[in-house]
Amino acid sequence: MKLKGDIMIKQKIQFVLNGKSVEVAVKPNTTLVDVLRYQLKLTGTKRGCDRGNCGACTVLLDGKSVYSCLILAPKVNNREVLTIEGLGEPGNLHPLQEAFMEHNAVQCGFCTPGMLLSAKALLDDTPHPTKKEVKTAISGNLCRCTGYIQIIEAILDAAERNAKKGR
Amino acid sequence: MGEAGKVIAGGTEVVIYLKTRRISPKYLIDISDLKELEYIKENEEFLSVGSLSTHSTIEKSPLIKKRAHILGDSASQIGTIQIRNMGTIGGNLANASPAADTATPLLALGASLELMGTSGKRVVPIETFFIHVNKTILQSNELLTEIQIPYPPPNTGAAFMKIGRRAAHDLSIVNVATTVTVTEDVCKNICIALGSVAPTPIRAKKAEAFLKEKTLEKATIKKASEIALEEIQPISDVRASANYRKEVSKVLVRMTIQKAIDEIER
Ligand SMILES: Cc1cc2nc3c(=O)[nH]c(=O)nc-3n(C[C@H](O)[C@H](O)[C@H](O)COP(=O)(O)OP(=O)(O)OC[C@H]3O[C@@H](n4cnc5c(N)ncnc54)[C@H](O)[C@@H]3O)c2cc1C
Ligand code: FES
Ligand code: FES
Repeated sequence: MKLKGDIMIKQKIQFVLNGKSVEVAVKPNTTLVDVLRYQLKLTGTKRGCDRGNCGACTVLLDGKSVYSCLILAPKVNNREVLTIEGLGEPGNLHPLQEAFMEHNAVQCGFCTPGMLLSAKALLDDTPHPTKKEVKTAISGNLCRCTGYIQIIEAILDAAERNAKKGR
Repeated sequence: MGEAGKVIAGGTEVVIYLKTRRISPKYLIDISDLKELEYIKENEEFLSVGSLSTHSTIEKSPLIKKRAHILGDSASQIGTIQIRNMGTIGGNLANASPAADTATPLLALGASLELMGTSGKRVVPIETFFIHVNKTILQSNELLTEIQIPYPPPNTGAAFMKIGRRAAHDLSIVNVATTVTVTEDVCKNICIALGSVAPTPIRAKKAEAFLKEKTLEKATIKKASEIALEEIQPISDVRASANYRKEVSKVLVRMTIQKAIDEIER
């Protein structure tokens, strides 16, 4: 969000981002998604509608899924943020990421980071969700490509794998 | 801060207002770190809900389930999980949308609101809180701090129903909350609250008066739902036409009364 004639003073905020403490100077009217993408160069978090309607910007704030386009950056001061960059890494994917790949739950990929984080929030809270719970958990994330079926199957499969691994 | 300042809680409304330039305050006053306003607790006469409680917290609260389940039912149908994790009940009420989903259950439950300002504290019935679309009696130096929900008398049932365009993500086209107290088959008390059919959430007082001291037969309930129509002034907007809202209001009034009665009988 850019405001015209904007001479706002930047303020320093400090928060834990993907497990590491970061400090960044932000304008108080900047949203978290913009700080992540443009200041911290973490472009895994997508910005779609910028109005709380699509879910592409979903991140976890203190473990809970939120829309980072509706959060002013100063709000995350002293809190913990998880973005897709903190979920897994090449060679060491999160079970959800593996399941998404195997089930072809990714087409263009724009919704995927948000979907994965909504799914993680679900499994952290409810390790053995029903199909209905999975559907509810991702109802704040729109996907224009897959038709959702593969995404739902991938999440259910990841939950099952976690159970087998005793996680 | 007066007029130059704007309070922001969950921000799900305020941040959008800023982006669309509907407001351009000089200062934002972020109250979301006031943890002392985030609680749900039982008192002797009422259940108190701190205004910074999020919809997610309310939806999952066992105390709400036990004491005021229609508030939990409404909170669970707001927006999406992400919105419910961020949005607060105080913001939902103070924003004063005609469609605010927590307003109708609180009207039906006869809740009061505690407002705290630099010159002290006042407690007002929620019925007097809303003035117009996005306008309440809150002064610019006041915060909504607590929602107080009285315990219903025995033999009281309650129901909340909402119609939107889709289950997730959407504001109510119409929402209705009803509480009813029945002794020996006679309606002793009834509150019917409707949202999104007038500039503010409203009570259908004529319909309520019609039903008092009557036996709640199907035909009587149907008549009441028709009387309720005289009390609403729905408009046509992007979500639905006025006529559709009227039809749906009638049906929801009827269904919530029936559901509330069924709850007593169970
Ligand atoms: C995608 C989406 C879907 C939505 N779906 C629904 C829905 O289904 N049903 C529904 O009812 N709403 C819905 N909303 C609206 C909104 O999320 C809720 O109304 C929410 O509860 C607002 O709370 P907040 O804490 O985010 O408010 P904020 O945006 O922080 O504040 C809203 C207003 O209230 C004032 N305010 C906030 N707290 C206080 C306080 N304690 N004292 C005094 N003033 C205060 C602010 O100054 C502002 O004017 C939706 C919003 C979005 C973006
Ligand atoms: S970009 Fe935040 S919900 Fe669409
Ligand atoms: S994969 Fe393209 S939007 Fe979901």
